[in-house]
Amino acid sequence: MAVIFERTKGLTPVSTHYCPGCTHGIIHRLVAEAMEELGVLDQAIGVAPVGCSVLAYKYFNCDMHEAAHGRAPAVATGIKRVWPDKFVFAYQGDGDLASIGTAEIVHAAHRSENISVVFVNNAIYGMTGGQMAPTTLVGQRTTTSPLGRDPKQAGFPLRISEMLATIPGATFIERVSVDTPANVRKAKRVIKRAFEIQLEGKGFALVEVLSTCPTNWGIEPTLALKWLRENMIPYYPLGNFRDATKEEVSDGQ
Amino acid sequence: MAKVLMKGNEAIGEAAILAGCRFFFGYPITPQSELLEYMSLHLPKAGGTFLQAESEVAAINMVYGAAGCGARVMTGSSSPGIALKQEGISYIAGAELPCVIVNMMRGGPGLGSIQPAQSDYNQSTRGGGDGDYKLLVYAPASIQEMVDYVQISFDKADQYRNPVLIAGDGVLGQMMEPVEFSSQKATDLPAKDWATTGTDGKRAPNVINSLYLDAEELEKHNIHLSEKYAKMKENEQRWESVGIEGAELVIVAYGTTARIARSAMDNLNKQGRKIGLLRPITLWPYPEKAFEELDDATKHLLVVEMSMGQMIDDVRIVNEGKRKIDFVGRSGGVIPSTSLVEEKILEILERSE
Repeated sequence: MAVIFERTKGLTPVSTHYCPGCTHGIIHRLVAEAMEELGVLDQAIGVAPVGCSVLAYKYFNCDMHEAAHGRAPAVATGIKRVWPDKFVFAYQGDGDLASIGTAEIVHAAHRSENISVVFVNNAIYGMTGGQMAPTTLVGQRTTTSPLGRDPKQAGFPLRISEMLATIPGATFIERVSVDTPANVRKAKRVIKRAFEIQLEGKGFALVEVLSTCPTNWGIEPTLALKWLRENMIPYYPLGNFRDATKEEVSDGQ
Repeated sequence: MAKVLMKGNEAIGEAAILAGCRFFFGYPITPQSELLEYMSLHLPKAGGTFLQAESEVAAINMVYGAAGCGARVMTGSSSPGIALKQEGISYIAGAELPCVIVNMMRGGPGLGSIQPAQSDYNQSTRGGGDGDYKLLVYAPASIQEMVDYVQISFDKADQYRNPVLIAGDGVLGQMMEPVEFSSQKATDLPAKDWATTGTDGKRAPNVINSLYLDAEELEKHNIHLSEKYAKMKENEQRWESVGIEGAELVIVAYGTTARIARSAMDNLNKQGRKIGLLRPITLWPYPEKAFEELDDATKHLLVVEMSMGQMIDDVRIVNEGKRKIDFVGRSGGVIPSTSLVEEKILEILERSE
């Protein structure tokens, strides 16, 4: 019988700790498949964040380094500077990257570190129990915005991809979603393209992946996908925000 | 190799390059910036990589990444910058990675001053960040000693898989002295088979980590770490003692302060006093064994520091009430004078006569 689908070698054969319906599992698989298909798994060093994907080092089947909260781009910088020819990626959530780690991500992009960053945005702090993130939508209820996010008090949600795209060193910035099978396939293509940019030595690439958190959003998984589509995508539009490999002048001039 | 006249911060940089350091991540701060500047010019010439990070926090986390790859890596800073680095230092200690950190201490607390101080003794010897961990801490007293201990620091970091701190001060960073680069490299260091190098398809993945969600597992890890620290305590205590035999009073001082104390001691001994000097070279492990050498004739210990008194706590611990302990020091960036130390010694001795 013909094999039409196999578990990727990029993931270890264990069950993850993710909640039912959480899309981290899908995103892990896309990252792992992209590495496997590009043949970089045995040359890869991944950096795990602090947050829901803190245990990513148990799931990716390659050398891994567990960073402090928000510091994954700095740790990845240290690794890439030692091994410029290895494949180095960071996997971060929105509390990690968009809040405590803004300096590190901005400056990794600013230096155009030749690394790939997968930024999972689910508009909430998941691991610590559903607190407000910089990416939490206006009116969204969390355990630290119990009456809904009030922009007068907490500001408006931060659009990381749009912000990073203004940095001259940011070679490739794109936002994708995993709310439908079509979008999952699209996300895979974009993640693979971001990884290729590193292999081509062209500098910093980041893919923002809109993701769900059924547990902390307090809705069932299928409704969470719908909520993402109806609430997140209008504020966080999908698409490419920067592809310097296609621009004639890529130094921001 | 002939002696050359070099500024302390630059001599550390040269010694690090000669010791095989090929990666330096740092951030500008007075009075340490010349180390950063020296590395930016000379490390690339040696085939290494220098990177000026966006912050002290980022710099130490870059060190964390590079150390995880098995590289010889260094960072340097001064007191408030070292405080910022404590997050990363704790992770590096927890993940058991080798690296060398230089602290050219300045006055504190807070932004403090840019003049020399020794008020990071507690920050250096009590771990510094969260959790049960220790750094191996060297406190050289001259630029030559600082240079020699750079090589030793990298070797000991590899041997113990532990961060090593070189605790200097603004004086040692800024002044010039003749130095010779002739350090002996260790030859029997363990292989770094734990490093993240990519599996090459030949082994299971390596993971650099300090997270243990299971409490029993973390306790096991902490017990393992404290067994390592016990070995360091047994084997790595270093100190210098001068004229302690029959001394009526022994000064305990380290780094720049020990040199001032030495002058005070010499002056008083010329006047017929019997003063000795005990100079800790390792601040952690504290050289407890040195105190076993003290004479029964010694009734007084005088601790001299460029702080309001931090090392004095360790002297009290090791002394166990045996001798009277006094303290004299200046802080905030003020350097104690020899006459201040001499006056204090005479006051103590007259009081007890």
